[in-house]
Amino acid sequence: MENFDVIVVGGGPAGLSAALSAAKAGMKTVVIERGDYPGTKNVMGGVLYTKATEAVVPDFWQSAPLERPVIEQRYGFLSGDETILAGYRDPAWAQPPYNAHTVLRVKFDRWLAQQAEKAGVMIITETVVEDLLYKGDNVVGVRTGRAEGDLGAKVVILAEGVNAFIAKKAGLAPQMRPDTVAVAVKEIIQLPQEKLEDRFCLEPGQGATIELFGDSTQGMMGTAFVYTNKDSLSIGVGALLEPLIRTKWTPNDLLEALKAKPYVKRLIQGGETKEYLAHLIPEGGYNAMPKLHRQGVLVVGDTAMLVNGLNREGSNLAMTSGKMAGEVAAQCIQSGDLSDQGMSLYEQRMRDSFVVKDLYKYRRLGRFFETHPHFLKVYPEIAANAMHLYFTADETSKKERQKQIMKMVFEKRAKGGLVSDVFGAWRAILK
Amino acid sequence: MPVVVDKTKCIGCGACVVECPVEALDLVDGTATVDPAKCKETGSCVTVCPSNALSLEAKAAAPAAKKEDAGAAKEFNAKEPLPKAVQDYAKTNAAKSAPAAGGDVWSGVWIIVEYNHGRIAPVSWELLGEGRKLADAIGCELCAVITGSQVDHVITEAFAYGAEKVYVIDDPVLENFRTEPYAEAITGLVRKYQPEIILMGATAMGRDVFPAVATRLRTGLTADCTVLGIDPETKLLQQTRPAFGGNIMATILCRTRRPQMSTVRPRVMAMPARVEGRSGEIVREQQAMTEEEIRTKVLEFIPGDAKSIFLDKAEIIVAVGLGIASQKNLTLVEELADSLGATLACTRGVVEAGWMSHDHQVGQTGVTVRPKVYIAVGISGAIQHLVGMETSDYIIAVNNDPEAGIFRVANYGILGDLFQVVPLLTAEFKKRLQHGVAN
Amino acid sequence: MHFVVCLKQVPDTSEVRIDPNTNTLMREGVPSIINPYDAHALEEAIRLRDKMGGKVTIVSMGPPQAKEALRKAMSFGADRAILLTDRGFAGSDSLATAYILTVAIQKIHAQEPIDIVFTGKEAIDGDTAQTGPGIAQRLGFAQLTYGIKVRDIDKASVTVERKTEGGREVAKALLPALITVEKEMNDLRYATLPDMMKAAVYEPEMWDAKSLPYDTAEMGLKGSPTSVSRIFPPPGRSGGEIIDATTDTKGAIANLVEKVFQENIIMVHPAVKGGRA
Repeated sequence: MENFDVIVVGGGPAGLSAALSAAKAGMKTVVIERGDYPGTKNVMGGVLYTKATEAVVPDFWQSAPLERPVIEQRYGFLSGDETILAGYRDPAWAQPPYNAHTVLRVKFDRWLAQQAEKAGVMIITETVVEDLLYKGDNVVGVRTGRAEGDLGAKVVILAEGVNAFIAKKAGLAPQMRPDTVAVAVKEIIQLPQEKLEDRFCLEPGQGATIELFGDSTQGMMGTAFVYTNKDSLSIGVGALLEPLIRTKWTPNDLLEALKAKPYVKRLIQGGETKEYLAHLIPEGGYNAMPKLHRQGVLVVGDTAMLVNGLNREGSNLAMTSGKMAGEVAAQCIQSGDLSDQGMSLYEQRMRDSFVVKDLYKYRRLGRFFETHPHFLKVYPEIAANAMHLYFTADETSKKERQKQIMKMVFEKRAKGGLVSDVFGAWRAILK
Repeated sequence: MPVVVDKTKCIGCGACVVECPVEALDLVDGTATVDPAKCKETGSCVTVCPSNALSLEAKAAAPAAKKEDAGAAKEFNAKEPLPKAVQDYAKTNAAKSAPAAGGDVWSGVWIIVEYNHGRIAPVSWELLGEGRKLADAIGCELCAVITGSQVDHVITEAFAYGAEKVYVIDDPVLENFRTEPYAEAITGLVRKYQPEIILMGATAMGRDVFPAVATRLRTGLTADCTVLGIDPETKLLQQTRPAFGGNIMATILCRTRRPQMSTVRPRVMAMPARVEGRSGEIVREQQAMTEEEIRTKVLEFIPGDAKSIFLDKAEIIVAVGLGIASQKNLTLVEELADSLGATLACTRGVVEAGWMSHDHQVGQTGVTVRPKVYIAVGISGAIQHLVGMETSDYIIAVNNDPEAGIFRVANYGILGDLFQVVPLLTAEFKKRLQHGVAN
Repeated sequence: MHFVVCLKQVPDTSEVRIDPNTNTLMREGVPSIINPYDAHALEEAIRLRDKMGGKVTIVSMGPPQAKEALRKAMSFGADRAILLTDRGFAGSDSLATAYILTVAIQKIHAQEPIDIVFTGKEAIDGDTAQTGPGIAQRLGFAQLTYGIKVRDIDKASVTVERKTEGGREVAKALLPALITVEKEMNDLRYATLPDMMKAAVYEPEMWDAKSLPYDTAEMGLKGSPTSVSRIFPPPGRSGGEIIDATTDTKGAIANLVEKVFQENIIMVHPAVKGGRA
C-alpha cells in the first residue's frame, strides 16, 4: 500500500485548491477523482471570483481559460412580463486586479488540475473512493473501487461535492433534506461574440452577469441567472428541492418558463443550445454546516455546505476552504498532532474568515423566505406595479401617483404585515 | 489585411496550406494559422476552403460589405473575388497543368471483382454499373479485374454486367483470399496497364486489400464512398463519403497521383441489368507470387451468421423493441428480415430482457449503424436508441403509439398493431422479391 | 516477445455534430478519448505479454495533448509509450500517417525486434481502416485484419480468428505480423490502483520529425495524395409521413410497399449466379 501525506477525495475547485496548498507546503499529495478528468462532473453558474482564486494560484488570469471579466452585475426582479432592473458597472473590473470572471468549468477545472500537477500533486481519475480506512478510531487512508486499491494517508480531505458519500458515512455530513438542497439547471447557448456584446452593451471581451429574482423561480426560494461567456451565454435557474416537489414544477420547466420571459427571450434570441447541465447545490447555509473536521479528516467546499446562495457565491468559498484545509493539513502533519483537537485549527481559521462569517450573517435567510413566501412573489409584483404607475406618462400629477401606489401596496399586503416583513428582512439580510 | 481564419469553422483539412502559393499558411494544433508577414492576399486559400473558414476581410467588416451589394455603386476592390470568367480560365489552366503520375498515360476505369469461398459479392456488379457512368463521363473503357482460382464462370458474368475488357489472374495460390498474393496480383496489373480509376466494394476483403494496394502504389485511397462523380472540367474522381460517425459528408479528391482508388459501400449503387451473351477482350496474366513466399495460411472457414457479424456495415436492418412483447414473437421480425435479406438488431430493452444478445444492440451503449434502410418494429424511440440509428438513409417505423419518438425521425411511420402489420409487410416484400434479392 | 500497439486519440464522434446553418463541425467541448478499437488492441497485447513474457510498447501520432491518452493507456499496464508529435505531421492522410508510424516502428524494431504490431480495426473519426494495412505493407509484415480472437501463439507464428463477409476465418501467419482488432476480441480491464498511479506520473517519450530519418515529401500535407474538397451535412430525410394502418391495415401496407419500391428505397437485385456474399 502506497502512503501519502494528504489524500484529497474529489477534483473540483475545493479539492484541487486543497491539494495545491498541501503540495506547496511540501506534502506528498494525491487527488482521487471519479470522472474521466477533473471537471467532467462539475457544474456551477459560472462566476469565478478573483480574490479567492488568486490566493490559490497567483496571477491566474495570465494562463487560466477564462471567458470574460465581469464589469457589470445586474439584478432583475421579474413579475409577469414586467422587469425591474438595478445594477452596477465598473470598467475598472476589466483590468487586473479583476473582481470576477465568467468561466466554463470543464475547461477551468482541467487547467486548475494542471497547476496542481505542476506543484507535484498526483491526480488519479476514473476512480471512486468507497470508504475511509481506519486503524482503531484513527483514519489512516482510503479504500478505492480498484483492485489493490487501498491508499494510506495522514490526512484525508473530503472535497467530494454535494453528494458527500464518504462524509456521510463518516458522520461528518448530515443527510440532505429537501429544504437544504437546491436543484439547478443550466444551458449553454451559443451566440456570436458581436451579437452578445451588443445585447449587453459590452466592449469586446468584457462580460456581464444578471441575477433574476421573483417570477424567475415562480416565487420559489431560488434565483436565476444569465452570464456572458466568450461566444455563449450560461442561463440557469435553481430552486430549493422542497418547493419544487410541493408545486410539482420540474427544473426544466422553470428554465423553459424563464427563457420565455420577454426580458430573457430577447437576450438569448437566435442562440443555439449546446449543452444542458443539472446539479444539486447545498443551500443549508450556516445552520446545516456539519462539523468540519475529525481526527485525520477535513471537510471542504460543497461537502461542508459552504455556499452563499444570496450572493451566488460558492466557488470562492470552496477554493478558500480548500486552501485553508491544505495548509492546516500540512501544519498538523508537521507538528504531528492529527487529533480532532489539532484539526480544529481548520474550523477556527474558517470561522475567522469571510466564509463562515458570511454564512453566519445570512443564517436566517432560508427560514425567512420560507415563512415569508410573499417576498418572492408579492413584493416583485408590488414593485412592478409601482414602477408601472410611476413611469407611465399620463395626465395624473406626481402626488396623485404616489397616493395610487400606496393604495395599491396596502391592498396587496396589510400594514402590519409590511412592518414585520421589513423587520424580518433587515434581520435576515443586513444584521 | 491578411487572410482571417475563423477557428470555429476550420476543420484542419489543410487544403489552404497546400494551395497557398507563398507558404503563408500552416496547420497548428489542427487549425489553419496565417503568417501575416508572408500573406500576399492572393485569396487562393479562400476559394479552396471546404468549410468557408477563411476570409479576406475582417469579420466585423462583413455586414458593411453586404449593404454595398444591395445598392450603392461599386468601386474597384482588390479583395473581391475574381469575375467568373477569370476564375474559369484559372481553373481550366490549372487542370491542364496537373501532372499525371510518372508522366505516363493512365486510362480506364477498373472494377475489382470480389470472388471468395465460391461467392461473388454483388457489390462488384453494382460497381460495374457505376463504373459505366464514370467511364462515359471521362470517355474511357470499363474493365473488370478477376483474381482467384478457377474463375472462368466469373468472367462470363463480368461481361454480362457490362465490362468491356476483363483482366484475369487465375492461380491456385489465389484459392482463398489472402492479402499478400491478392495485393501483389492487383498491384502488378495496375503497374502494367495503368488504369486511371480502380474501385472495389467496401467489404471486409476490399477494406483489407485496397489499403495494401494503395500503399504499394503510393497513391490515395478513399474508403467507404457512397457517391462517386467526375468533375466535368478536371475529370477528377469526386469521392464522397460519410465522416465523423456519419455526422458530415466529405468529398475527397486525389489530385496528382494515379490511380485514383475508392472502396464503395455495398448496396448504395444501383444494380445494372444483366445482359446474357455479351463478351469482350480477356487479358490473362500470371501470378507472380508462389505459395512459399506467402506468410499467411487460411486454416479454416466457418460460415456463420454473416449478417449480425457486420451489424455496423449492414445495409438493411430490421430492429425490434420491447413492443414485441415476448421472445417467441421474435420469429415475426426474423421472417421480415429474411424476406429482405436484412440484418436483425434490437434495442437495449430487448437485450436486458435476455431475448437477444448484446452484439445486436443499436444505440448509445451498443452499435451505431447507418444502413440504407432501417425498419424499427415496436421501438418507442428513446434518445439513447435514436443516436445509434438516426443517420440511417431511410427509416420505416411500426408502432401503435402516434406519440412515439421514433416517428419523429422516420420517413414512413406505420401507425398500427405490429402483430398485424409485420406479417403483412413480410408477405408483401416476399411477393415483390420472389425473383431476386433486396438491394 | 515484443508487442507494439498503435493508438490514436480521437474526438468522441457520438458527440460531434454539424451546424446546419454554417455546415461546420461543432467540435467545442467534444471530449477526446482513446479510439475504442485501439483500446482492445492494447488489451490483447498486454494479455499476450502476460502469457508469453516480454514487453508492450505504445506508439501514437498526434498533437502534444495526446499525451493524456497515452498516460491513460499506460494504466492498462503497458511498458513504454511514445508520442510522435510534430507540426510537419499535421494534415497527413492515411497514406502519410502509415508512413510516419512505420518509420517510428522501424526505429523501435531496431532497438528491440518486434513480433506483433496491434492496431484497432479502424479509428472512429475517420473510419477508413487504412492505416493498419498501410503499416503492415511498409514493414513487410503479414497482415490479419478484423481479428476477433487470438487462438494460438508461439515464437514463430500466430493463429487468429477473423471476421469476413459470410463467416469467420481462421488464419495462421508467420511472425512478425500486424493484427487489426475488433471489439469482440476481449473485454477491457479495469486497471489496478498501482497501475493507475504509475500511469499518472508517466511521461511518454516525445519524438519529433527530426528524431527520425523522415523524408518530408512523404509526410504531412505534401505526402498526402488525398484532400478534402468539400464538406456538407448528410442529406436530410424527405418525408416524415405517417401511414395510418389501424383500420385498413392491408391496404395501407400495400400502399407503403409500393412507395418503397417506387422510390428505390429498396431495390430488387436479380438473383446472382454463384450466390451472393
